[in-house]
Amino acid sequence: MAQTNPTDTLEPAPLPEGVQGIVSDWSSDQRAFKNVPWGKAMMWIFLLSDTFIFSSFLISYMTVRMSTTEPWPNVSEVFALTLFGQKIPLILIAIMTFILISSSGTMAMAVKFGYEKNKRMTFILLLITAALGATFVGMQAFEWTKLIEDGVRPWGNPMGAAQFGSSFFMITGFHGTHVSIGVIFLIIVAIKVLRGDLDHERPGFLTGRKGNYEMVEIMGLYWHFVDLVWVFIFAVFYLW
Amino acid sequence: MAHAQVQEHAAQGQQHAHVEGQQHPIGIYLKIWGLLFVLSALSYAVDYFHFQGYLRWFLIIVFMLLKAGLIVAVFMHMMWERLALMYAILVPTLLLMVLVGIGALEADYTFFTRGVFFVKQLL
Repeated sequence: MAQTNPTDTLEPAPLPEGVQGIVSDWSSDQRAFKNVPWGKAMMWIFLLSDTFIFSSFLISYMTVRMSTTEPWPNVSEVFALTLFGQKIPLILIAIMTFILISSSGTMAMAVKFGYEKNKRMTFILLLITAALGATFVGMQAFEWTKLIEDGVRPWGNPMGAAQFGSSFFMITGFHGTHVSIGVIFLIIVAIKVLRGDLDHERPGFLTGRKGNYEMVEIMGLYWHFVDLVWVFIFAVFYLW
Repeated sequence: MAHAQVQEHAAQGQQHAHVEGQQHPIGIYLKIWGLLFVLSALSYAVDYFHFQGYLRWFLIIVFMLLKAGLIVAVFMHMMWERLALMYAILVPTLLLMVLVGIGALEADYTFFTRGVFFVKQLL
């Protein structure tokens, strides 16, 4: 702490840790979330609300799946692909999972290079993240097309319980929308990084807020959340 | 850890850098990335090798929670945040367990009544 920058607005006294810290942060009569920019705290709160939305979908899916008297379609076979003359179960979903996890990895590194003010690397990594995200959405579109051709509809399908179609389209559709919005968001942030808007604290087009590299981390929070939701969808929808 | 971050910033002489910035060595991201790959491969293997019953459920849920924990803790930097933020975000999600419980109870009941009324009509 010896060589603190004089322009830093760091609180003079060290903040208490542990439970004591929670009490003092929340009762400080100031902002409750210390050491985080407000935009990041707000993104976390938005993600918490989004967690509840996705959980509602997944829990309703659990409820309809447990209560149906018709047999559930064999997910492992429905999402199988024939590659090199061999039928591999669930392979499409496995590839999509790896793509999304890779995009999360590149995003985390983009945040790191952003704080290092490495404009070029941040831009490249953000673009790779966006490209992987777009690939994911593309594969999801392929998956939807395939299922619709197989006669799966939100109100019924030839393989078994009608609830399969409704939960599938609702859950993956909502998740895919999140990924698509994330890709757009990533491209916008990437352009801002490349133009140097974040280095020169230029005001944004919509909000007029000054640009800074915290934006990249806040963007990253959203992107990792999309990956996080996929972890749950993959486990309970595709592996159940 | 927080001190190291502040010093690193100060050392680089970045006038506009905020002390809030999260700076961590790139190695940790690469390691977590690798771990997530391994865990995903393992959960895929659960399906590929047709594990069934409680073992399947146990493995799926363990891999799911491990992956979720790694993403939130490291990629989303939650492990470096203050407890006030950690608790504000993570504790409310526990409420969802109640919703899972209610859903499961309701589903059991619906399944039971469907069995009693619909299946009898078919016979």
